[in-house]
Amino acid sequence: MKRLVPLIPIAVVMGLAGLAQSALNDYYQRILAVIAINVILAVSLNLTNGYSGDFSLGHAAFMAIGAYTSAILTLPVRMKAVVLPDLPPWLGQVELPFAVAVVIGSGLAALVAFIVGIPVLRLRGHYLAVATLGLMVIVQVIALNWQPFTRGARGINGLPPFTTLLWAYGWMLVTIAVIWRIVHSSFGRAMMAVREDELAAACRGVPIFRTRLLAFVCGALFASIAGALWAHLITAITPSSFSFLITFNVVAMVVIGGSGSITGSVIGAVLMTLLPELLRRFETALAIGGQPLYGLSQIVVALMMLGVMLFRPQGLMGRRELPEVLAAMGIGVPTRPSRVEAAGEKTAQAQTPG
Amino acid sequence: MAVPLLQVHDLAKSFRGVQALQDYRLELGHRELIGVIGPNGAGKTTLFNVLTGVAPATRGRIVFNGQDITRATPDAICRAGIARTFQNIRLFRRLSVLDNVRIGLQAHGRNRLHEVVLRLPGFATQERRLEQQARELLDMLDLAEYAGVQADTLPYGLQRRLEIAIALATRPKLLLLDEPAAGMNPAEAEALMRLIARLHGEHELTIILIEHNMRVVMGVCQRIQVLNYGRLIAEGSPEAIQQDPRVLEAYLGVAA
Repeated sequence: MKRLVPLIPIAVVMGLAGLAQSALNDYYQRILAVIAINVILAVSLNLTNGYSGDFSLGHAAFMAIGAYTSAILTLPVRMKAVVLPDLPPWLGQVELPFAVAVVIGSGLAALVAFIVGIPVLRLRGHYLAVATLGLMVIVQVIALNWQPFTRGARGINGLPPFTTLLWAYGWMLVTIAVIWRIVHSSFGRAMMAVREDELAAACRGVPIFRTRLLAFVCGALFASIAGALWAHLITAITPSSFSFLITFNVVAMVVIGGSGSITGSVIGAVLMTLLPELLRRFETALAIGGQPLYGLSQIVVALMMLGVMLFRPQGLMGRRELPEVLAAMGIGVPTRPSRVEAAGEKTAQAQTPG
Repeated sequence: MAVPLLQVHDLAKSFRGVQALQDYRLELGHRELIGVIGPNGAGKTTLFNVLTGVAPATRGRIVFNGQDITRATPDAICRAGIARTFQNIRLFRRLSVLDNVRIGLQAHGRNRLHEVVLRLPGFATQERRLEQQARELLDMLDLAEYAGVQADTLPYGLQRRLEIAIALATRPKLLLLDEPAAGMNPAEAEALMRLIARLHGEHELTIILIEHNMRVVMGVCQRIQVLNYGRLIAEGSPEAIQQDPRVLEAYLGVAA
């Protein structure tokens, strides 16, 4: 029976997604789909930025790879002849199901992450952040100039609108489940060990490079899925769809939710998608002298981010997960390390130099 | 004579021209327990850093258990069977005591990725085994009651013991202890001495001990090496070392 407990939330989420898909209008459906996509992005970015401690800014690059791959592979042959007439024949003649295209795209993104990660993950901290940012620029430039495949700046439009709520939430659940399992295993502990103290981790047998590479490749794989979902939700992609702005948003979701907490990433993604949308309504409602307050929502969101960083720098969840919060409320079993009370006068600060 | 566990030939390490260690040599037999002493800055910790691959040697050769590890990475050296503690304590601070030990245990016997993602039976078995072994180790070091505690909230003396627990978790043949008694009161140092003797005796570990606390060094070591300015200046039994004029000079200066 206990094994079946995790299936309950899955059934509930998928049930609600199905219900929403048949009951809600397009506007709400789109917001709900964007939430699912952002959850995928935030949870996957958390693997590097939260768990292995490598601050990556390259997430949008992997999104772009997934989006373009899926777009090229699923676009109906008839339309390809018009939109992408210069594709090589073997690509011009294919028209794959959505799921297959998503899987191929994620494989491709993982491969790129692997190849790029080998040199780039030798860097640390700010250097790594800048290098991954460079990766994003490279992917954008390729998308802009590889005309036969991407149609350059005009982008690819008229994509089949495959991204239903069931697909979006289905992939979201897969993402959360896989990343949850990786994090709660020897791999996750290795990642956290690298984050806490890389040298100490190495001296205790943790294969540093392999561990960091795994986090990076896994993150890229799921970012690519989110990219494909995004492409088939908006039904049009251009190189500028996958810009620094998206990366920034996802980083903000992870940081606000709490780096190193999957629950936090989910909450961060939901908040950062819903809040601007809700606040936008006040822009026109709260007119001053007949002048709508355009931009108010962004200012309020930015102020809220500031507030979180000032008063809760570890993010809303810190490193806690939902089961631990439930346990603290008396539901389930506690798993979080407690603290030694009155550790007293002799703590690690009292070190001898030498 | 049996093949030594560790052979170090003509080892040198320089940092931008500063000779932190030179002409160092060592033959260490199975189950030996030796001490390395010397004034501050003598190169003792550098020696450990070179042996564990943290700071690769500038010159020389290290053969451990028949395997040349001079150029190996720290994690490979750890898996080959050399574990260490750190002078300034390096725990995975925000993780639980149990997780700290589990990370050490993972040096041998990790799951494969597909087992983890698909939660195959191998995963549950392995996780159970890791937890059980971790709890046994904590039990052995009297840390069992702290299993769920965040590592950096432990009192100082217990943090030192946890470091030893993590090192033991990697199943070493050779254990390098870097000033384990630093900052301990006499009672704690006494307990530590008993622990080291026990690890050496019951668990058949070979140990190199860096220590300033002479009661501890003289109490447990069979052989002692003395470093000064990166050079080996004396080697011998505790009694011989205590009377060696070169050692007295290094510590106290030349008699007027």
